[in-house]
Amino acid sequence: MSLPWLTILFLLPLLGGLVVAILPNRQDGSAETAKRAALLVSLLTLVLAIVIAVRFQADGGYQFTEETMWIRLFGAHYALGVDGLGLSLVVLTAILTPVVILAGWNDGANGRFGERAFFAWLLILEALSLGVFMATDVFLFYVFFEATLIPVYFLVSGFGGPDRVKAALKFLIYSLAGGLIMLAGVVALYWQSAKITGTPTYLLSDLANIDFGTSVGRWMFVAFFIAFAIKAPMFPVHTWLPDTTEQATPGTSVMLVSVLDKIGTFGMIRFCLELFPEASRWATPVVVVLAIISILYGALMAIGSKDIMRLIAYTSVSHFGFIVMGIFVMNSQGLSGANLYMFNHGLSTAALFLVAGYLISRRGSALIASFGGVEKVAPILAGLFLVAGLSSLSLPGLAPFVSEMLVIAGSFVWSPWAAAFAIPAIVLAAIYILWMYQRVMTGEPGEGVIGMPDLNIREIAAVAPLFLLIVVLGFFPKPLQDVLNPSVDHTMSEVHLQDPPAKVGGEEVK
Amino acid sequence: MNTIPTPQIDYFQVAPMLIVLGAAVIGVLAEAILPRRQRYLAQVAISFVGLLSALVMAVFVFKRLDPNSLSPKRGQVVAMGSLAIDGPTLFTWALVLIFGLLALMIFAERHLEGGVLAFAGQAAAMPGTEAEREASSRGLEHTEVFPLLLFAVGGMMMFPASTDMLALFVALEVFSLPLYLLCGLARRRRLLSQEAALKYFLLGAFSSAFFVYGISLVYGFAGSMSYAGIAQAVAGSSDSKVLLYGGLGLMVAGLLFKVGAVPFHNWTPDVYQGAPTAVTAFMAAGTKVAAFVALLRLMYVAFGAIHVNWAPMIWIVAILTMVIGSVVAVAQTDVKRLLAYSSVAHAGFILVGLLGIRALGEVGPQDADGVTAVLFYLTTYGFMTLAAFTIVTLVRDANGEATSMKHWAGLGKKSPLLAGVFAFLLLAMAGLPLTSGFTGKWVVFAAAMSAGAWPLVVVAVLISVVALVFYIRIIVVMFFADSEDNGVSVAIPSPLTSTVIMIGTAVTLALGLIPGPLLDLLSRVGVFIR
Repeated sequence: MSLPWLTILFLLPLLGGLVVAILPNRQDGSAETAKRAALLVSLLTLVLAIVIAVRFQADGGYQFTEETMWIRLFGAHYALGVDGLGLSLVVLTAILTPVVILAGWNDGANGRFGERAFFAWLLILEALSLGVFMATDVFLFYVFFEATLIPVYFLVSGFGGPDRVKAALKFLIYSLAGGLIMLAGVVALYWQSAKITGTPTYLLSDLANIDFGTSVGRWMFVAFFIAFAIKAPMFPVHTWLPDTTEQATPGTSVMLVSVLDKIGTFGMIRFCLELFPEASRWATPVVVVLAIISILYGALMAIGSKDIMRLIAYTSVSHFGFIVMGIFVMNSQGLSGANLYMFNHGLSTAALFLVAGYLISRRGSALIASFGGVEKVAPILAGLFLVAGLSSLSLPGLAPFVSEMLVIAGSFVWSPWAAAFAIPAIVLAAIYILWMYQRVMTGEPGEGVIGMPDLNIREIAAVAPLFLLIVVLGFFPKPLQDVLNPSVDHTMSEVHLQDPPAKVGGEEVK
Repeated sequence: MNTIPTPQIDYFQVAPMLIVLGAAVIGVLAEAILPRRQRYLAQVAISFVGLLSALVMAVFVFKRLDPNSLSPKRGQVVAMGSLAIDGPTLFTWALVLIFGLLALMIFAERHLEGGVLAFAGQAAAMPGTEAEREASSRGLEHTEVFPLLLFAVGGMMMFPASTDMLALFVALEVFSLPLYLLCGLARRRRLLSQEAALKYFLLGAFSSAFFVYGISLVYGFAGSMSYAGIAQAVAGSSDSKVLLYGGLGLMVAGLLFKVGAVPFHNWTPDVYQGAPTAVTAFMAAGTKVAAFVALLRLMYVAFGAIHVNWAPMIWIVAILTMVIGSVVAVAQTDVKRLLAYSSVAHAGFILVGLLGIRALGEVGPQDADGVTAVLFYLTTYGFMTLAAFTIVTLVRDANGEATSMKHWAGLGKKSPLLAGVFAFLLLAMAGLPLTSGFTGKWVVFAAAMSAGAWPLVVVAVLISVVALVFYIRIIVVMFFADSEDNGVSVAIPSPLTSTVIMIGTAVTLALGLIPGPLLDLLSRVGVFIR
């Protein structure tokens, strides 16, 4: 009798969030108790996630699996399990949540619903995101996938900038539109699995063995892919992201970009590639072209951005382009790079968002033009901002570098042209990050910057783990790769199940 | 000398219906005999006991059906071949009775209007006259609403069970007439209410006329009033089918009017808005259930053989209903009207499920069949719409219910609990996961897709995106619009109303999380006998 580890991992933040929501305020009206409780819950979740990661065997396929019939008529199961990819994202989520809570300690104060609600929604969001990464049943995945929208909606529209309600609505409509299109695909899975095997099933392990046939498989692929492309976000359905991050609090943006958007790329690997391998290969040229456009377009838009938060959002559009390209070039370098990138991008973007958030909250403005000379008054802030920026532009020695190189190598194997188009993005990345740094941090401190306090202990403590991980994984990515590579191999074998590649892929990446 | 044979009635099988109608008659008698002061309590008690015992009886009859046997042919045709007591019928009865009980609770609410019912004190008094003022100052009440409710419930029970066109027509009128009357009985905004009643009555009478004419044409073709006879004639005949198609079209028009499908939906917003909200809630939940199951039975039992001929028509109606219901709803500024258009859109989704019905042989034991899908969707929709309309009765200003959307601005601040529950119900109507709306939508889509109607599902999915916009708009207004002090407040109701909201919300949540048991039950009982 083994413990249902993953269920506990899911329930802990969920129940914690509900408790935080009803904890009474202190007598002076502050929500300090609730905030501490939220931090405690998120730390406990992190500990549990680490325990699971330690007990995880790198090459053991899906582990900690649980499976119970949920809705017999639909073939839906309550089925949880993690493989290397799932585990890495589970751990990422568990790391980022306490970081966000600590970094956003005062972010909930000016919101519409009060501080407790902010932290309660954050924890509920964490629980649902964990559910998404752990689900091994398509129906359950879909339920979690859609359910995450509700906490994000209330986090964005309740806490943040003046146009947040509009931004949140845009986010919600985009996401739900994608989700409903995917619903058609999900229902079609039921229909096909019932037709082909006689019993409907949503279990990934069962579905992976079904050959849906060319045309049906391609339609279902399209339904899933559109939803994930909106989520990821890819050009041309990315426009909700800059608007949302511009208005949301930095913490919300971190949860959104570093965790939730990963669902898009995670879903592409788990569902598009593994369930519809033929259709994925069929769609590769289009997807790679879209990914290249995302890479370049995101980078150019970032250079042109006047708002720091919008700029970071566009860098993410560019980075997600890399991840998607890595996934769809269909070789082990690309996939392994994409898997790594998902984790590393989560860290570096979170660091960038949070430090930028510190900066913006001090100045009261997110416009690049309203800064200048910050490094003279707040050197620690400027230093961290620089490191976060450098990791975002994939400086060697920092974590994202390895992953970006692997993706480019993979795309080179697929087609030198694809790599040739993607490589200029490295230069563009240097421009957007360093130019932003120059305008914001260097020069003479202007009005509003003079007297800006440097980071306090809490703020440093909150982001310290991120920087530590970025540096450590930059020099020593092996533990992460050891966990991820077996799941890369698994994906590769699923994709090439019927049609072995001519010459690409299959090489071991060390 | 010819003797008229005594009709053979299996009293046990139809007992639930007879109990309800009997209770209604007792209610009318009580109205005549009892002094005014005792009527309220007596009527509520009679209705409650009547509905509850009918429900218990329906469960007994259901047990006798032997739902555990796997043979698809269960139930029997009773009352001289005019009523079918089978799985779908009994499920519908139970559903209508439960909706009736919930409606009874909101009908009986007296806290909101300062100690009197929310129905006109004296319906005969002209609005704005001395007589009306006198009626209201004396605290008069029309307790006749309770027997009227029972009659409507009785008709709604007979309607889906009918396997004979005459019985069908009689049932239609039995449940429609009380509803016409109830619609005109609002205590506040009486002109609007009376207008709604008149509109509903005139259009309803029109549609009944179409319906009867359709019956006569079909009878002309088939030479039989019973569904079985029609089915036989339809399948066997090689004659010209002009009469049949003409008659079928007219009958379907009459039924589509009742469910509020485009292009017969125009009464819905006006009537839903004008009628007393308690009546609207009951109509939205009850009429839909009764009329849809009746439509299902008619189409599949009597006209199943020419399925390919009428299915395209339903396709078009389904698409139009979803599109127009959702698109027009976006422009609404009144909560009741918006919910009315939402009910039109939902009718479209249910029609999608109706197209998911396949011949018996094609359905595997584990399949989501159209009957299962439609019955499940009706259950989920009924509970959420009842709860949603009940919440509408609580948001009030000095003139009674404040249904204009701008009055709902900032409700999330004034009453987070109520606004939260309403938001949850709206999300359920929009079909978000973890609510019954999602499972309902899923099962309807799955049924339609399994029957090969995937283009319809794609359209339905795209329309759902449009539908989202207006549901979310209310949420935005409630939580994020700044409220000026407009005198709107949330009234504290008696436990009756709160219970209805609680039950509706709980069922919506439960069927979202664990729909399995109900779906299993439905997949076992969801076959019409012929």
